[in-house]
Amino acid sequence: MTMDKTSALVGEILEEQVELTLGELCRACQVPAERVVELVEEGIVDPSGPNPARWRFRGMSVQRVRCALRLEQDLGVNVAGAALALDLMEELERMRIRLRGLG
Amino acid sequence: MEFKDYYTIMGVERGASQDEIKRAYRKLARKYHPDVSKEEDAEQRFKEIGEAYEVLKDPEKRTAYDQLGANWKAGQDFRPPPDWNQGFEFRGGGFTGADAEHFSDFFESLFGKGFSRAGGRGGGFHARGEDTHAKVVVDLEDAYSSAVRTLTLKHTEVDASGRPQVKERTLNVRIPKGVRQGQHIRLAKQGGAGVGRGEAGDLYLEIEFRPHSLYRVEQKDVYLDLPLAPWEAALGATVTAPTPEGSVELKIPAGSQGGRKLRLKGRGIPGDPPGDFYVVLQIALPAADSEAAKAAYRSLQKAVPFNPRAHLGG
Repeated sequence: MTMDKTSALVGEILEEQVELTLGELCRACQVPAERVVELVEEGIVDPSGPNPARWRFRGMSVQRVRCALRLEQDLGVNVAGAALALDLMEELERMRIRLRGLG
Repeated sequence: MEFKDYYTIMGVERGASQDEIKRAYRKLARKYHPDVSKEEDAEQRFKEIGEAYEVLKDPEKRTAYDQLGANWKAGQDFRPPPDWNQGFEFRGGGFTGADAEHFSDFFESLFGKGFSRAGGRGGGFHARGEDTHAKVVVDLEDAYSSAVRTLTLKHTEVDASGRPQVKERTLNVRIPKGVRQGQHIRLAKQGGAGVGRGEAGDLYLEIEFRPHSLYRVEQKDVYLDLPLAPWEAALGATVTAPTPEGSVELKIPAGSQGGRKLRLKGRGIPGDPPGDFYVVLQIALPAADSEAAKAAYRSLQKAVPFNPRAHLGG
């Protein structure tokens, strides 16, 4: 049902229109900054900017951080294991898309 | 309430060692983890496994559970005996932070709700409200038209007496043009309420498209299967095809085979650049259910030497 358009909330598409600071990323993922720094060191997320105070994360970082933390908590993998799993899952997704394109 | 057989859920014998239970859990958790698994019921299975492991990994809870006896069958109607856990001393704090809010009534009847996390994650005092996350299902057409949708979100609030309560609220949200499956919309200050004069947190909505009766979506591209009569495919034709933005007149080139893809550039999900719309041609055969139809097929057979299996060496 379409509602009165004037009262509607307007959001941004996280993956395309949003860049986050370290603080914003921590809040969005509900983690302390040290955990995010660990994930940056492992290459799970890759901010631009010279130092943590000026880091800028792409919007997709929210999902990568949340997924890495869930994998750690639920499967007992360490940060390196979570990084490996994330990379392999992305590779798998690319393969699935290519496979569909061939079908 | 149904009895749950935690041993069957974990796929282990009742006499399994703690190590065997741990190994079984790790294996199942990897298989059904919702981030990893593509199985339909992964989330449900993962919660079940988590609940079973919560009991079986803890020797105290496991012994208490075993006291119920081996005669119970999964799904059987279950009432805990009044004194079932008499003499067991639960140390508490054994809960390791799995998602206890989603444990079954069966679990709660045995071990109580005391295992639920109290308050928010991470503790500490934050004046700003928590950022919250939710998944919403919208129609593909909404991504073309930036439609306004009314969404109902459920969340848990702890009432004055400390009991968690499920609350609902509705939001009118404009679905941003060009949003794709799996992407997230950030709504500023629509998350958890702030403490004192603190601001509310943000709300993140994960977008999922409702399965469409006509279209398939892959990333930014949208696919439609379009049936054609054999003569339309062979001789060429102009046909009407639906797209999420309305019908279009589509020129079918003569000599089109089934499976051929026609691309309508830029008519996929909007964006910069937009996705493409693909029409996948399918040839539908008219039934040979009348003398006239049969005669037409026979005259085609006579007129056209055609072996569709030539490439099989037949």
